[in-house]
Amino acid sequence: MILRNIDNTPSEQVKEKKKRSQLHDMWRRFRRNPVGMVGLFIVLVLIFSAIFADVIAPAVYDPILGEVPAYEFQDLGNRNTFPSREHPFGTDNFGRCIFNRVVHGSRISLLVGFVVVGISMVVGVILGTVAGYYGKASDSIIMRFIDIMMAIPNILLAISIVAALGAGLVNLMIAVGIGSIPLFARQVRSSVLSVREQEFIEAARAIGAKDLRIMFLHILPNCMAPIIVRATMGMAVAILSAAALSFIGLGVEPPTPEWGAMLSEGRRFIRDHWPSTVFPGLAIALVVFGLNMLGDGLRDVLDPRLKQ
Amino acid sequence: MYKYILKRLLMMIPIILGVSFVIFFMTYITPGDPAIMTLGEGAPPEAIEALREEMGLNDPFLVRYVTYVVNMVQGDLGNSFMTRRGVVDEIMDRFPTTLMLAFYGTVLSVLIGIPLGIISATKQYSIFDNAATAAGLLGVSIPNFWLGLMLIILFSINLGWLPPSGIATPSAWILPVITLGTGSAAMVMRITRSSMLEVIRQDYIRTARAKGQKESVIIWKHALRNALIPVVTAVGLDFGFLLGGAVLTESIYAVPGLGRFMVDSIRTRDFPIIQGGVLFLAIVFSLVNLLVDILYAYIDPRIKSQYK
Repeated sequence: MILRNIDNTPSEQVKEKKKRSQLHDMWRRFRRNPVGMVGLFIVLVLIFSAIFADVIAPAVYDPILGEVPAYEFQDLGNRNTFPSREHPFGTDNFGRCIFNRVVHGSRISLLVGFVVVGISMVVGVILGTVAGYYGKASDSIIMRFIDIMMAIPNILLAISIVAALGAGLVNLMIAVGIGSIPLFARQVRSSVLSVREQEFIEAARAIGAKDLRIMFLHILPNCMAPIIVRATMGMAVAILSAAALSFIGLGVEPPTPEWGAMLSEGRRFIRDHWPSTVFPGLAIALVVFGLNMLGDGLRDVLDPRLKQ
Repeated sequence: MYKYILKRLLMMIPIILGVSFVIFFMTYITPGDPAIMTLGEGAPPEAIEALREEMGLNDPFLVRYVTYVVNMVQGDLGNSFMTRRGVVDEIMDRFPTTLMLAFYGTVLSVLIGIPLGIISATKQYSIFDNAATAAGLLGVSIPNFWLGLMLIILFSINLGWLPPSGIATPSAWILPVITLGTGSAAMVMRITRSSMLEVIRQDYIRTARAKGQKESVIIWKHALRNALIPVVTAVGLDFGFLLGGAVLTESIYAVPGLGRFMVDSIRTRDFPIIQGGVLFLAIVFSLVNLLVDILYAYIDPRIKSQYK
């Protein structure tokens, strides 16, 4: 103990402490934010269920087909049953356990969320940074392009793209991802505009830093807070839109346990069997609610100016 | 004022051209030969080739786009593969229903959202405020297609109070309007609340209080006028999103509007209807935004003076 204290030079100690305390401070503020904490909890449950889907709902052994994933196993003698001890959410029209399908569906939702936000964030951040940093002609061109994209309501743009590319999970993610680019681009552009004018940028330029270096090493790190908040809320929008497209038949093909597609299938039996529509939708609502709350909480902690 | 309106109308032209290019491009890359789709699979090759020539499908990309725009300006978006009728005629038959639905949805969101937002802001951090804030977050998180299904289960199937589909009677409109308007009501409430919170902290409100003005007059007259400005923009934007959201709501309740027609066309691969419908709704959306901006300039003289 004593030896280690002697080894550390004071300056290192101070530096270490400062770095830790900044993150620590953020976490302390976040912890006191009930909305954010509930959101974080819900999102952690989603991630947990996606990672351990095979443990929570393990593959089933079928005498004829062999090992079958839990979300595909059909118990045809038990179709459209109601919640029981064996099937907490009941079974669907093919005798598949709805609980198992909802659990496995979390993988797809999480994948959709990450890929969509990934696409729109990368493209949006690049467009927004270039527009904000260079200004003038490049700004005009990029922003007019963004205006055009914003003139088409998101869900309609996605319908148009998926209709052209064909239904399927990958095309669905591309469509929703493209639709979300404007949000990121505009957000990043306005952040870049304010950071660009600060003195440390001028200093970086004075010592000969190149544009790319200034943009990505000096400006962007200072725009991270709003980007993180947007990404969290963007994930909620992505999951919601993807489920909506699957619901109208433009997304994931049936046997896949996607929540929107499950709703669409269950809808045919709405008169006699409520579990097929209640539980998949509840899962979507809960995850979107969680992500929105997490986003609200992060915004309060990271960037109070964003608070509307 | 006329100058401002004219200027805004002119600014809309490049946006509409851009939108039409995006939609044309989607039509261009959509798989399937429109000539074969129109004549049927078994048609003789010469007939198909003749129709291809007649439809201009053999022309270069840019020529086809120019033809597309010229036709669009003349109100021709091609013919439906299914009914052979003009896309615009098909759209016009159904659009009034969608417009009504979106209009009622907007009215509902204003009637619920604005009063709740005001009360929430004037009683900040009270139980009412916390409950309303939570409900608002929940309202924006619940997928409206799922909410629609849940309302059908509760009010149509279990209680038998309201019809689950169609718009034959006035009471049949209730569920679709609630389904469509809830999310927007939550959004309007959130914006009203934050805008109101900002306004009631301003000096002129303190002055009004100091001179002994009644609190109700201060809130509902002095503060509300200024607080409503951002709300107007939000409601206008929202109306456009409701036109898009109607796609889902209409298909749940079998409302014979444009949205449901587009969803049905996805199933029958009637691409001219899908792309034409998206283009049409995007243009309507742009027009609504223009109207909102004009209204905005009307209620806030500060904006108008910027455009002199």
